[in-house]
Amino acid sequence: MALTRYTNQGIYANAYFTMIEIKELHKSYSMGKSTLHVLKGINFNVAEGEMVAIMGSSGSGKSTLLNILGMLDVAEEGTYNLDGKVIKDLDETKAAIYRNKFLGFVFQSFNLISYKTALENVMLPLYYQKISRKERQKSAQKYLEDVGLGPWASHHPNELSGGQKQRVAIARALVSEPKVLLADEPTGALDTKTSYELMDLLQKINDAGKTLLIVTHELDIANMCKRIVHLRDGVIVEDKKVNQVKASQYVE
Amino acid sequence: MWSRDRWQEMFYTLRKNKLRTTLSGFTVALGIFIFVVLFGFGNGLKNSFEQFFVDDSTNSIWLYPGQTEKPYRGYKAKRRIIFKNDDLADIKQNFSFFIDYITPRISRGALVKYAKESNNYTIRAVAPGHQFAEKTMVTDGRYINERDVKEKTKYATIGRLVEKDLFGNKPALGKNINVGGISFKVIGVFKDAGGDNEERLIYIPYTTRQQIEKSNDRVDQIMVAFKPELGYAGAMAFEKKLNTFMRKKHNIAPSDRGGIYVRNVADEFRQTQNIGSVLQYVVLFIGIGTLLAGIIGISNIMVFVVKERTKELGIRKAIGATPKSIVGMILQESVFITAIAGYAGLLAGVGTLALIGDSLEDYFITNPYIDTIEAIGATVILVIFGAIAGYIPARRAAKIKPIIALRDE
Repeated sequence: MALTRYTNQGIYANAYFTMIEIKELHKSYSMGKSTLHVLKGINFNVAEGEMVAIMGSSGSGKSTLLNILGMLDVAEEGTYNLDGKVIKDLDETKAAIYRNKFLGFVFQSFNLISYKTALENVMLPLYYQKISRKERQKSAQKYLEDVGLGPWASHHPNELSGGQKQRVAIARALVSEPKVLLADEPTGALDTKTSYELMDLLQKINDAGKTLLIVTHELDIANMCKRIVHLRDGVIVEDKKVNQVKASQYVE
Repeated sequence: MWSRDRWQEMFYTLRKNKLRTTLSGFTVALGIFIFVVLFGFGNGLKNSFEQFFVDDSTNSIWLYPGQTEKPYRGYKAKRRIIFKNDDLADIKQNFSFFIDYITPRISRGALVKYAKESNNYTIRAVAPGHQFAEKTMVTDGRYINERDVKEKTKYATIGRLVEKDLFGNKPALGKNINVGGISFKVIGVFKDAGGDNEERLIYIPYTTRQQIEKSNDRVDQIMVAFKPELGYAGAMAFEKKLNTFMRKKHNIAPSDRGGIYVRNVADEFRQTQNIGSVLQYVVLFIGIGTLLAGIIGISNIMVFVVKERTKELGIRKAIGATPKSIVGMILQESVFITAIAGYAGLLAGVGTLALIGDSLEDYFITNPYIDTIEAIGATVILVIFGAIAGYIPARRAAKIKPIIALRDE
């Protein structure tokens, strides 16, 4: 299995190490008397090193799925395995520890802490891992440089452009070296050019071996992934490999 | 829990959110400040009431002669009653069981001279027991004694300020002063806690005064000190018996409202003590009220603070903060702010009280103060309630699912 960590291109995912495995996932929200059945039995695996786009119109359940995968929400039925661990009946503390160790989040609205600088925002996940300040500073700086924001380390979020903010968020998601990066409409608040630059960054991160799940409703963004899972009304209607469009060709 | 890292993170957060920090700190500081000042004022008020009695002993009954209002046993109304030496003797004889000591008092004003200095003072002619009645503290020499009374000596015990006025900084002891034309030898100097007026008095033997005034045997007032072990009820009974005895002796109708006036210090003291304890309750009420207001203030601030930080807490949770660390963070911040601000308010309050000092004495606020224990206790209570007030919304915030906290408005 160790081999799969280094070979991640062009082969059927199931043949490799399974990072995410969900079976018969159900989720519904009760709204007073009526219940809204959002996820109606989702079966879906992601191998290590995959870059999966989850597509669907609003209300299709794609964000709910991502939240369950991110342990920000819990399913009512079905099983969820992450990196071989059964994710079930987690209390808040355990969920927090798993999130910190296994998952990195990127949100549409960046969700940076406004009173902290870019560097301090990136340092924060390591703070919760009880890593020393010096170490935190060192790795945070490295990840900021990886996303091309080394010189911006001491800037506050309100001094950064949207694209830069999202890069900081990506650096923050990566700094704890998670197994999976979950991105919820990461380009939703960005213009096309910036979106492509960001996708270029995400592709490079994926090329380096990281597993990525990206929720989007934009086809061009989805086509920059390696696989598209199409959700409609709480079920997967399509799950296909695609020829990845390299974002770098749009970036000069 | 108390790692250096955590403190650093906290200080950083507090520094970066100055408005929030100042706002909550200010509420606490103000609450404690008002508490300390009001509580101190209450204590000052209590002090004023107690001070009325510090210079007098509380086991004394004063008898004043007056005019009768009713005819009785052949005597007409409007007769002036006069106390004489035999009244002293009779009281002593009949009530020896109840009496601690007895003293007359004859007060006269006189011009007193020494060398080139002169001034008008009140001269009190008394018996030795008077020293205890007024709690006079002799600092130099001695007080009037029994021999002085017996031999009608021209000796005087003078107040500290009389000495200062007439002798400057030199000691008066052994010198002769001219009191209304008659030479008296100063045999003692005294202090009195009752204030300046009490220290501008001169005491001489009452028999000497009687001799000066054409060898009469009249006394103005009589003070009878009962034995303290009589207790309050015993004192009241004694006062009644004494009154009856004196009325009978001077042929005053028992129902006459005039004739003899009796002032029982024990009774007055008790009444004042009652007022004092009412004041104590008022002070306590004010204290609890201000504290309560402070607690409510802190609670509101904490709810606001947590509400304002909901999104930040959601972000922290999403990137791995445990609920415990969220609650811990908010608690640590709130306890820290309330403790520091509370301490500042405490210092400011105590400082204000010290600054006020005795300047409000005219408004019955004497030496306002607050016990260290009371002040610190109040601060600790505020800190604890601040923590509780912070804990409840913090726990709720820690329970909120990150997706809800992060949901875009």
